[in-house]
Amino acid sequence: MITLSEFTKKLELEFEDIESGTLTANTDYRTIKGWSSMHALIVIAFIDANFDVLLSGTELKQTNTIEDLYNLVFQKKL
Amino acid sequence: MPLKAFIKSISYYLPEQIFTNEDFFREFPDTISNKANLSKIGVKERHIVAKNELASDLAVKSAQKLFKQNNINPHDIDFLLFCAQEFDYFTPTTACVIQHRLNLPTNCGALDFNLGCSGFVYGLGIAKGLIESVGMKNVLLLTSSTLTRKLHPKDENLRYLFGDAACATLISEGNSESEIHQFSFGTDGESADRIMVKDGGSRNPITNESFHEIINEYGNITSNAFMNMKGVSVFSFSIKQVPNLINDLLKKHHKTIEEIDLFIFHQANLFIIDTIRKKLNLSEEKVFNYMENVGNTVSSSIPITLYEAIECKRAKKGDTILLAGFGVGLSWGATIITL
Repeated sequence: MITLSEFTKKLELEFEDIESGTLTANTDYRTIKGWSSMHALIVIAFIDANFDVLLSGTELKQTNTIEDLYNLVFQKKL
Repeated sequence: MPLKAFIKSISYYLPEQIFTNEDFFREFPDTISNKANLSKIGVKERHIVAKNELASDLAVKSAQKLFKQNNINPHDIDFLLFCAQEFDYFTPTTACVIQHRLNLPTNCGALDFNLGCSGFVYGLGIAKGLIESVGMKNVLLLTSSTLTRKLHPKDENLRYLFGDAACATLISEGNSESEIHQFSFGTDGESADRIMVKDGGSRNPITNESFHEIINEYGNITSNAFMNMKGVSVFSFSIKQVPNLINDLLKKHHKTIEEIDLFIFHQANLFIIDTIRKKLNLSEEKVFNYMENVGNTVSSSIPITLYEAIECKRAKKGDTILLAGFGVGLSWGATIITL
């Protein structure tokens, strides 16, 4: 199983505008400068492609940090 | 051999005014930091309808182009279908007005239907029924959208995506191998509010409140008098529903993905299509897109893309092509054609 740290690094690579090392497990991703709905689409596509878990807009809304996302993905996979 | 409906010819019309990405970033300078991510959307410019131009005007121009380019006599059209979401009058039917403007014969049937991004596929379904069951010979399907008029001036998400256009498609009876095959359709009215202009119809008349700005969690602005699209939910819907739709349609035809020469999806945006493509394990060569210079043109996106695929020889006579539309409603539909 992928660790939280690996998950964070892999997700960070999906964004074209976020510098390496910006994302940590505790990052409240909504506070990242320039965070937009496009970033949300990238998160959903990343999770769907890598973990076969499709998050709805409502589910995504319930998360704040990368760790929340990670936990939600594996909670849904169970 | 029974006569079958097939797509005979296509033409499209784009309004003159162009809104480029440079224009966009000039108007919304805060989005420049997101430029690299936005490039995944796949749109560089969109055509915008003029103030005095209506969806019916664009449709008439596309039909006139179709007649001229293909040497079609308007008197040979025996049914007109007009797919739009912006009609000329509360009543009468806009298709009736267009019948006269195009000089179509008075024994021609005319019908409006209100659908967005799935509209072209639904139109093909109606046309096939009219030809194969009702005895029509030449059905003119006009799809047209002037949605940019319903986008809030400050709505940076939707103004990046949508462009205006109209397309004219002639569906005729024939006995060659060209054919419109079977369909799969779907609807989820429970999610109607995911893509909605809430005020201005019978349920909610326009009031001053209709223009109060609504700011979503990403800071995007709209109001109830304008289009409100919950983009993240629509994305999740699309990447879940469209692969199911494709698989259902293939099953109906007893076909595998490998037996389809080309896939043309509604050009919602490149990121959605690429995500769907990857979920279906389709190579890039199997999918043809055309949105860079036109954006998401709603009901005209599939026929415009098909036209361009034929023009650049990515689609040729005899090819098996799968067409899939999805969007406002929520509504979806797909069919397979032999070109």
